[in-house]
Amino acid sequence: MAYEVNGQSVACDEEGYITNLSEWSPELAEIIAKNEELEMTDDRWEVVNFLRDYYEEYQIAPAVRVLIKAAKKSMGPDKGNNKYMYELFPYGPAKQACKIAGLPKPTGCV
Amino acid sequence: MSDVKKFLYLNRRAPYGTIYALESLEVVLIGAAFEQDVSLAFVDDGVFQLTNGQNTDGIGVKNFSPTFRALGDYDVQKLFVERESLEERGLSEDDLMEIVYEDEDDDWAEKPAIHVISRAEMADVMADADVVLSF
Repeated sequence: MAYEVNGQSVACDEEGYITNLSEWSPELAEIIAKNEELEMTDDRWEVVNFLRDYYEEYQIAPAVRVLIKAAKKSMGPDKGNNKYMYELFPYGPAKQACKIAGLPKPTGCV
Repeated sequence: MSDVKKFLYLNRRAPYGTIYALESLEVVLIGAAFEQDVSLAFVDDGVFQLTNGQNTDGIGVKNFSPTFRALGDYDVQKLFVERESLEERGLSEDDLMEIVYEDEDDDWAEKPAIHVISRAEMADVMADADVVLSF
């Protein structure tokens, strides 16, 4: 399976997570989001960028619980809670947002 | 709440060359979701897992050492390192990464997660655990 970005093919697994993390681009994020039937609003970008920063620093995609705790610290309690995150990413913030962010599926996520 | 058990993940091998070290860390991260009392121990070549400045460019595998610094987010706050194992390999505490956790009960103060302890103390840590998983 693969996504098409500006005529380039980007390989992904059967669930839609890209295979080579270095092939990610903001344009690709928009395309993955569209497949998930999500529009990339500023709020969604904030979470996606947060996940990419977390991965850059720690080399893992955080579990939902950890994402929410960390988001609470950096984005405040209005955003660092389950309700807000699941409204943005109905199929799970860690799973869906990580896919859009071009990261592997979070460790411990089945 | 059900009884909390003390889990000790015992790491004895070098970080690369086998999959043990990475698998151990992944199990720790997965297991952390179950709200048990989790500690990690590093003995023998396992102490190399926590060394500073790891660079895996030449061996074509991911350098996963930064992930140890995320353990605090997963409420894993105790990493025991055996002093004798360090010394036998010409290492000291200064060669290890700085790993901290935030203490929720102390206004989120950052505290060191790594404790360098003697071989005798390590034996006590192991004896004190309900479950020891060796990697």
